[in-house]
Amino acid sequence: MPFFTISKTILRSLFGRPATLMYPAVPREYVEGSRGHIEIAVESCSFCSLCQRKCPTEALSVDRETKIWKIDRLRCIACNFCAEACPKKCLSMATGYSPAVTSPGETEEHHA
Amino acid sequence: MIESQDFRETTPERLIGEVQGMRDAGYRLVQIGATRTEGFEINYSFDRNLEFVNFKIRLADNTEVIPSISGVYWSAFLYENELHDLFGLNIKNIHIDYQGHFYRVARPAAFAEKPPPPKIKRAVKPTAGTEVKET
Amino acid sequence: MRTIIPFGPQHPVLPEPIHLDLVVEDETVVDVIPSIGFIHRGLEKLVEKKDFQEFVYVAERICGICSFIHGMTYCHGVEQLMKIEVPPRAHYLRTVWSELSRIHSHLLWLGLIADAFGFESLFMHSWRLREKVLDIIEATTGGRVIFGSCKIGGVRRDIENGTLREIAAKLRDYAVEYKDLGNVFLNDLTVKRRLCGVGVLSGPDALGLGSVGPMLRASGVAQDMRLLKYAAYGGIDFAPVTAEEGDSYARCAVRIGEIFQSVEIIRQCSEKIPGGAIEIKVTGLPEGEFYARTEQPRGEVIYYIKANGTKNLERLRVRTPTFANIPPMLKIMTGCQLADVPVLVLTIDPCISCTER
Repeated sequence: MPFFTISKTILRSLFGRPATLMYPAVPREYVEGSRGHIEIAVESCSFCSLCQRKCPTEALSVDRETKIWKIDRLRCIACNFCAEACPKKCLSMATGYSPAVTSPGETEEHHA
Repeated sequence: MIESQDFRETTPERLIGEVQGMRDAGYRLVQIGATRTEGFEINYSFDRNLEFVNFKIRLADNTEVIPSISGVYWSAFLYENELHDLFGLNIKNIHIDYQGHFYRVARPAAFAEKPPPPKIKRAVKPTAGTEVKET
Repeated sequence: MRTIIPFGPQHPVLPEPIHLDLVVEDETVVDVIPSIGFIHRGLEKLVEKKDFQEFVYVAERICGICSFIHGMTYCHGVEQLMKIEVPPRAHYLRTVWSELSRIHSHLLWLGLIADAFGFESLFMHSWRLREKVLDIIEATTGGRVIFGSCKIGGVRRDIENGTLREIAAKLRDYAVEYKDLGNVFLNDLTVKRRLCGVGVLSGPDALGLGSVGPMLRASGVAQDMRLLKYAAYGGIDFAPVTAEEGDSYARCAVRIGEIFQSVEIIRQCSEKIPGGAIEIKVTGLPEGEFYARTEQPRGEVIYYIKANGTKNLERLRVRTPTFANIPPMLKIMTGCQLADVPVLVLTIDPCISCTER
């Protein structure tokens, strides 16, 4: 009888575990290797600004005199180009999205 | 591994004859595209069982009149309207002619403007969060 | 008495904005006039500003669903132009990711067509199965939809052979659930009443109007750009999935058949993948012109790349499969009932952001 052919799937999901998470009460677990945001170990940074040149969206800015490394979180597309280009290997990709900010163009600063 | 890149040159007068020949031989229209070089170049591409053939028309500027092939291949009207909106090319007798309103563009014939000559590369990019101005 | 009903750009069934003016006479659609251009971003003009190696990121973001294959076609075109030999392991990895991309795109389409004829719980179940494929993609490339793993000269990340065999085994388990889902689409009486006989496109008409992809294959013409043997398809055996009737039911059956075919291709890749490097260093600048054609989930995409020896390409022209499928869609809509219009718009698998770059 070609009626109610979906009943097998429905019964399985009725008596099984729900497929969704009660987010945000239950936090989401990211897979290792998922691209989320860039982190810097700023003590080993040499401020050569190679990462700023490689960034395709111009989200980074590096100042050698004042030793400040800035990133605009909303412009970053998490492509990992800067981490591959860094000669000191102080940039790394961590999981988890960056949180919301209150105004556009707000940059996050790291001082050495 | 690469398929054959077969390029043939033609002119606006011989275009409809050659396209009708393609239709009779069983080719299907793949795309019509244009490029802005010193003048313009229009490419018509056809395919039959993975065999790929291209016709190229070279023009000096976009005021020359080109006949439409939508009488032979009806689906060409979309590509020709796009060429008219983006490049300002003058194609006459398109079966469904949007007369410039196919794409909602801010400036007509934007792709017909020549690309700027390569600039000297800036030493330092502008800081994040600021407006990028044309130097 | 004819009335003109505007359909779109905002409509609950459309995934992306397109506007159609339907000329209707008593519930039968007599004529259709399309109007696109709502999300035209002018990406082709961006080649003048971005260097050709950085442009891979822009090419991937032309579309959200078929994004990996756009990036791969761009890389394939530039590599053939510059005569770069990509290592074979990179070819196999690109093939695995393309097939994963095809599976998730077809599951997304199955959900949307179920929504178009009103079967919302089937829509939710299709997307639940799609989430599992997206989890595999996130574990191997880092992103769920935009993979970011192709570059000129190879790929950026590797998948170990053990992981690849686990992925093939997981997909074999998921294929049991895909079979149950396919059973609902193909055998349920109410679904068949909405899909059979709706929007019939005959084989010669399909070729004459320039349709591509599953729309062409469902009308009996066995054309598939993967037979051009780009990437690793030369070493894999598969045959294009076709159907004969040319109606919406046949298109649905072709896409479901392609999901199983992709699972099989990934299994073959996991057995045949060679070892070695995954990338090769790129030197020099591109010069000349080249047409690159590959098979996206929606059909044949063609990239025309013209370079003149500088860092920026002179012209990049992308013709996506939905652009070629719009004239056949207009032809099948004339003469249909008004309630069939959403099903017919979705049966070509419209990806309007690709169409209008």
